[in-house]
Amino acid sequence: MFYGIDLQSRLMLGTAQYPSPAVLREAIAASGTQVITVSLRREGPDGAAFRQILSQSGCRILPNTAGCHTAREAITTARMARELFGTRWIKLEVIGHADTLQPDPFALVEAARVLCAEGFKVFPYTTEDLVLGEKLVEAGCRVLMPWGAPIGSGQGLRNIEGLRAMRAHFPNVPLVIDAGIGAPSDAARAMELGFDAVLLNTAVAQADDPVAMAAAFARAVEAGRMAQAAGLMPRRDMAAPSTPVFGTAELA
Amino acid sequence: MRIELNGRPTETEAATLLALLAERGHDPVTVATALNGDFVPREARDTTPLHPGDRVEVLRPMQGG
Repeated sequence: MFYGIDLQSRLMLGTAQYPSPAVLREAIAASGTQVITVSLRREGPDGAAFRQILSQSGCRILPNTAGCHTAREAITTARMARELFGTRWIKLEVIGHADTLQPDPFALVEAARVLCAEGFKVFPYTTEDLVLGEKLVEAGCRVLMPWGAPIGSGQGLRNIEGLRAMRAHFPNVPLVIDAGIGAPSDAARAMELGFDAVLLNTAVAQADDPVAMAAAFARAVEAGRMAQAAGLMPRRDMAAPSTPVFGTAELA
Repeated sequence: MRIELNGRPTETEAATLLALLAERGHDPVTVATALNGDFVPREARDTTPLHPGDRVEVLRPMQGG
């Protein structure tokens, strides 16, 4: 449950960097997503077409505060987004470093505290740091979105053990892997680890065929979720025969 | 007076934020506004005066990740 909303699809999709509005629209459909992320910007060339896609997608809108580097910028952006999109959901990004796009944890908590108090449903883009996660929950966040790897890098899950620890540390907080997913196998892995959803953009938008890749991610997320529910076998250090040894013929 | 609109120096006759939107041809329903870094709600635009040097942002939905 994400702020009381149960989602059938656990794939959240970004809407940037697609080759055309038509491809974006088809990719949204192929992904089966119910949540798409958007931003607020000064008017661009295809603004009208984009607004039409949003209204026709049937998806829940998750506006972001991408590009904000201070708590104040992020808070102002969130307030503007709430009015424009008519939603209290906000993907809270406060960027601390221009190269890594790593979140600024201090400004993130500050902004989260203000926005949660104003009734926003905050989805904070964070790291796998457990103390930071706790501070965000204390601030009122009921979802956490740790990165898999730096935004747009496609490196996948860079710190699997850290993410595993985060999953164990927050058993009752919905956790979404946001950023860094490069391949459907990364998304499947995130779901197998017990994460509740994945949010990605570049891996689909920049594929040679974004629509086919959106479908591939949909299946990977579904497979990973099914696998987690089914219970993965424990890893072993050594081989163990799967065929019974009993009854083996003596042919030597 | 001279203000800054979406980062560009702009000469305007508008006395309020709402008048500025009308002057520039913005549909007031499809934009969100901020003045000097603070959000200005839709219903407050016509009572929000503009002053020389003000920084106004008029933002729209855009693609994002």
